[in-house]
Amino acid sequence: MADNILEVRHLKKYFKTSRGMLHAVDDINFTLERKKTLGLVGESGCGKSTTGRAILRLLEPTSGEIIFEGKDLNKLSKTQMRHMRKDMQIIFQDPFSSLDPKKTVSQIIAEPIKENKIITDKLLREERVLELMETVGLAERYINTYPHELDGGRRQRIGIARALAMEPKLIVCDEPVSALDVSIQAQILNLLKDLQEKLGLTYIFITHDLSVVNHFSDDIAVMYLGQIVEKAPAEELFDNPIHPYTQALLSAIPIPELGHQRQRVALRGEITSPIEPPEECRFAKRCLMCNPEICKASVPVLMEVSPSHFVACPLKQKEMGLLK
Amino acid sequence: MAEEHDILNIEDLKVRFETEDGTVYAVNGVNLRLGYHKTLGLVGETGAGKTTTALAMLRLVPDPPGVVECKRLEIDGQDVRGMSITKLEQVRGKDISMIFQDPMTALNPVFTVGQQIAESIEIHEHLGKAEALEKAGDMLEMVGIPRARANEYPHQFSGGMKQRVVIAIALACNPKLLIADEPTTALDVTIQAQVLELMNELKEKYDTSMIMITHDLGIVAEVCDEVAVMYAGRIVEQGSLEEVFGKTMHPYTEGLFNSLPNIKNRTAKLKPIHGLMPDPTKLPEGCPFAPRCNYATEDCRKAVPELHRASGTHMVACSAYERDKNFMIDRRKR
Ligand SMILES: Nc1ncnc2c1ncn2[C@@H]1O[C@H](COP(=O)(O)OP(=O)(O)OP(=O)(O)O)[C@@H](O)[C@H]1O
Ligand SMILES: Nc1ncnc2c1ncn2[C@@H]1O[C@H](COP(=O)(O)OP(=O)(O)O)[C@@H](O)[C@H]1O
Ligand SMILES: [Mg+2]
Ligand SMILES: [Mg+2]
Repeated sequence: MADNILEVRHLKKYFKTSRGMLHAVDDINFTLERKKTLGLVGESGCGKSTTGRAILRLLEPTSGEIIFEGKDLNKLSKTQMRHMRKDMQIIFQDPFSSLDPKKTVSQIIAEPIKENKIITDKLLREERVLELMETVGLAERYINTYPHELDGGRRQRIGIARALAMEPKLIVCDEPVSALDVSIQAQILNLLKDLQEKLGLTYIFITHDLSVVNHFSDDIAVMYLGQIVEKAPAEELFDNPIHPYTQALLSAIPIPELGHQRQRVALRGEITSPIEPPEECRFAKRCLMCNPEICKASVPVLMEVSPSHFVACPLKQKEMGLLK
Repeated sequence: MAEEHDILNIEDLKVRFETEDGTVYAVNGVNLRLGYHKTLGLVGETGAGKTTTALAMLRLVPDPPGVVECKRLEIDGQDVRGMSITKLEQVRGKDISMIFQDPMTALNPVFTVGQQIAESIEIHEHLGKAEALEKAGDMLEMVGIPRARANEYPHQFSGGMKQRVVIAIALACNPKLLIADEPTTALDVTIQAQVLELMNELKEKYDTSMIMITHDLGIVAEVCDEVAVMYAGRIVEQGSLEEVFGKTMHPYTEGLFNSLPNIKNRTAKLKPIHGLMPDPTKLPEGCPFAPRCNYATEDCRKAVPELHRASGTHMVACSAYERDKNFMIDRRKR
C-alpha cells in the first residue's frame, strides 16, 4: 500500500471580482506519496500558487477536502491546525520580497522556532540557527547580515532554512528557482534534492519551467485554468503526453541542442477567461483538435487512461473507449 | 554581393557606471562584428553586461552615471560615435531598432496600439497620419493581430499580444539591425514559441540582422546563427552556433550547459558552477571566471586572457588553451 501523506479532494478556490466569480482552482484531486515530489506546472495564472496556498490553508479554500496524515484539515480546531502547520511549510519564488528586510539572517531563521516556542533558550536557538545555516550551505559569517546585502541564491537559502526550522514533512516550493540565474538555480535544485533525501521530505514543486519540473519531480500534474488536465509519472508524461495542451506545452520548450527537430503542436486563438468559465473544456478555444460536439458538451473529468496516467480530454477518452 | 562593411562593427567597447557605491565595470572591452542577415545570440547571466552593450550601440547608456569608451562603433558603415543627435534619431528606428527587456513598460498606456505603431512610422518614413495608421494596421496583421484591434489600448491586450505590438513597432520601419533584449522572458512558453516563430519569419522576410539577447541557451539554438557568451562584461567565447554548441571551449559556457536539466535524461545530476558572479565594482585580477573555474591555475589569476581564434570563426578567451595545446572540454561526459 502506498504511504500517502496528502490527499486533495475536490479542492476549489474562487475569488470574487467585479466581473464575477474567478475560478482560480476548480476541482483539483490528487494524492501524494510520502518522500515523493509532485510537480505542478502550467502557464501564468493557471492556479498553481493558489492550489499550493489553499493546501496549506494560507488561503481558505472555497470547498474541498485536504487530508494530511489521515486528518481532514478543515475539521481541525485552531490549535490543532497550529500544530499541524509545523509539518507543512512553504518556500516562495521571490527571495527578495518574501524576507523581512529589517531582520537579520539569524532573526529570520529563528523566528518560527521562537514564535512556536520550539526552543525557548536563546543560546540553544542560536545553535539551531547555525545548524540550519550549515544544512542549507550558508556560511556562518552571514548570520548577522540583512537579506538585501545578499544575492538571490543566498536569500533563497535563507528561505529554505526558515522552512526547515520547523522540521516539516511537506514543503510547498512555489517557483523556488524562477528568479535565479541558471548556475545558481542548479545549486538550489541540488540542495533541495539532497535535503529531501536526508530529511525524508515530501515536496509539491510549483514551476512553469518544464525542464526543471521534469528533472525534479516523480509525478507531474499539468494545470490549465484552474484544473488538472493531465497527471502522470514524469517520465511517462514526457514520453507519452496525451492531452493536446500537454503536447503543445512540451513541444514549445526550446531545447539547447544542435539540430533538434521539433514537431510543434500549434495553438490558436484566445485564452478562456477564468471568470465564470463555461461548462466545457477550458482549453477548447485554443485546441486545434477540438470537436465542439464532444468538447463543449460538459466539463471534462480526469480519467485514468493507463496505470497512474490521468487525462481530462474527452476526445482522447473517447478514442480510448473510456467515454461513450 | 559582398558588402564592404558589416551591419555592426564594435571595437573595444568599455562602459562603466560611476555610482556612490563605487565604479561598476559593466562592459570591459567588447569586440563584435555582425554580418548582414545574421542573427547573433548574446548570452550570459544577470549582470553580465548584455543590456548595457546593447544600449551602448544605440548611444542610450544613461550619462551620468555611465561613461562609454569605444575605439570603433559603426552601424551599417556609419560612425555612430560622433553623430549629431538629429542624425542619431534617424539611425535609431530606421537603421537599428531595439525591443526592450520588459514589454509591459515599453508601451504607453494612454495611446491606442495603432497610434503607437503609426507614430514611429510617421517619424521615420515621413508619411501622413492617415497613411501611417493604414500601415500600422498592416503591421498588426503581420504580427497576427486583427487590424480592427488597432483602436484598443495596451491594457486590453495579453502579455504575448503586447510583445507582438512591440515587435511591430520595432519592425515598422524595416530596420537593418534589430536588437531584441530578452523579448520573451516575461512570456509563457507556448506564447514564447509563437513570438519566436514570428520573429524568425519576419527576419527572413525583411532580411533583418538581429542580436538576440537572452540567458536561455534553448532560444539561442532555436533562432541564432552565431553566439557570443558574456561573463563579467567580456565576451569569453564566440563563434557559429555549431562551433559553440557542438564544440564548447570556455569553461563558463560548459558550466552553463551543465547547470541545465537535460530533458532527455531526467535523472542526470546537475553540475552547477560553484560560487557567484564577481562583484562588478571589484573585479578580480586576471580571468574574471577563474575563482569559479574547475580548470583554473595560478596563472589564470594573473592576466586577463584575450579572445583568441581557435579554429574557423571560433574564438575563446581562456588561457588553458595557451598552456596546453591539447586542452579540451568534453560536454558529453556529463
Ligand atoms: N487574491 C486574489 N483575488 C482575485 N483573483 C486572484 C487572487 N489570487 C489569484 N487570483 C487569480 O487566480 C488565478 C490563479 O492565480 P495563481 O496566482 O494561483 O496562478 P499561478 O499559476 O501561480 O500563476 P504564476 O505562474 O503567474 O505565478 C489567476 O487568474 C489570478 O489572477
Ligand atoms: N544605470 C546604471 N547605473 C549603475 N549600474 C548599472 C546601470 N545599468 C547597469 N548597471 C550595472 O552594470 C552591470 C551590467 O548590467 P546589464 O548590462 O544590465 O547586464 P545584463 O543585461 O547582462 O543583465 C550590472 O552590474 C548592473 O548592475
Ligand atoms: Mg504563482
Ligand atoms: Mg539585461
